[in-house]
Amino acid sequence: MVQFTLPVNSKVKKGIEHPVKDISEKPKKIIIYRWNPEDNQNPRLDSYEIDLKKCGPMVLDALMKIKNEIDSSLTFRRSCREGVCGSCAMNIDGVNTLACLKPIEEVKGEIRIYPLPHMPVVKDLVPDLSKAYDQLASIKPWLQRSDENKSANKIDNEEKKQMPKDREKLDGQWECVLCFCCTTSCPSYWWNSDEYLGPAVLMQAARWVNDSRDVERKSRLKAVNDSMKLYRCHSIMNCTRSCPKGLNPAKAIADLKKAIVTEL
Amino acid sequence: MEFKRPLSPHLSIHKYVLTAVFSIFHRFTGIALSLGAVLLTIWIALIALGENYFLIFKTISSYFAFKILLFLWTLAIFYHLFNGIRYLFWSYGKMMELSIVYKSGYAVVFLSILSSIFVWTLL
Repeated sequence: MVQFTLPVNSKVKKGIEHPVKDISEKPKKIIIYRWNPEDNQNPRLDSYEIDLKKCGPMVLDALMKIKNEIDSSLTFRRSCREGVCGSCAMNIDGVNTLACLKPIEEVKGEIRIYPLPHMPVVKDLVPDLSKAYDQLASIKPWLQRSDENKSANKIDNEEKKQMPKDREKLDGQWECVLCFCCTTSCPSYWWNSDEYLGPAVLMQAARWVNDSRDVERKSRLKAVNDSMKLYRCHSIMNCTRSCPKGLNPAKAIADLKKAIVTEL
Repeated sequence: MEFKRPLSPHLSIHKYVLTAVFSIFHRFTGIALSLGAVLLTIWIALIALGENYFLIFKTISSYFAFKILLFLWTLAIFYHLFNGIRYLFWSYGKMMELSIVYKSGYAVVFLSILSSIFVWTLL
């Protein structure tokens, strides 16, 4: 259902301004969305000030500095700090990206940090991605070889080789780290997330459709050929705009649609 | 104990990135065109309904605001047309690299302004 405004329990209130302890050489104000499930209140915006002279270059460094030095209750996901795990996806300065790949210097003025848009919030910057993970599971993101165990032929049980040119077809799709920056930047997903699969999951669908070793290409295409699952994509292109890995989910979806028209 | 989770803010905090702006304007112009087509038909039909209606037609037509509206409608036609062509390319999976998406978007805006002005110089 399209609902442009936030539910009553989600309206963001003014929060705490954390006092500045020391005089900093290069101060930077950071405003962060906070919500604690235990205090029964609406989300709020807390502001912090850090000294960039004593902080690493990325937004994630700033978040860790705040957690270590100012407010240990600040909650966010992070792991690899180099853009390969996809944990620290959040909305920074209005655009979804990975905090570990976003240089602080790129944001002029204060930095505003929110969780990924239009998602249930677990705590602070941690969104509940279980719906998106379920959707990912629904496209069967694994190699399907239905002919495998039927014959006693030994060749069938050997390593599944792939020509380099077939392998190349997966480039630009296998690199996805499933951070869901694209999916949560898609207005179409905001309004139809109950049925529309969203760009991240559809790109994974394309990744398995394009795999030469997979034998279920047709049935995979049939499974996504649905007015809600696939065709809520209106080529808005916000997904491609926000992908922190520089991938192109919109193109993957367009190619999926094309394959459905030409092959089914 | 179960907590009712809040929904994280979306429209209000997401930057107005041009990709989305071009897209929503395609919808807006589409709606404006279908409404405008009805109004335009009524406006033209006034000519055929007799002398009194013709006078109404003349007064409406003489308003400067009406001309501005008509110009905006022309702009909407061309925007919808050129952006529609852009969508056709995308349906073939062409021109979808982000830099080209931006360039073609600017081209659509530039072309629709240019075409509208050209049409109005012909009047």
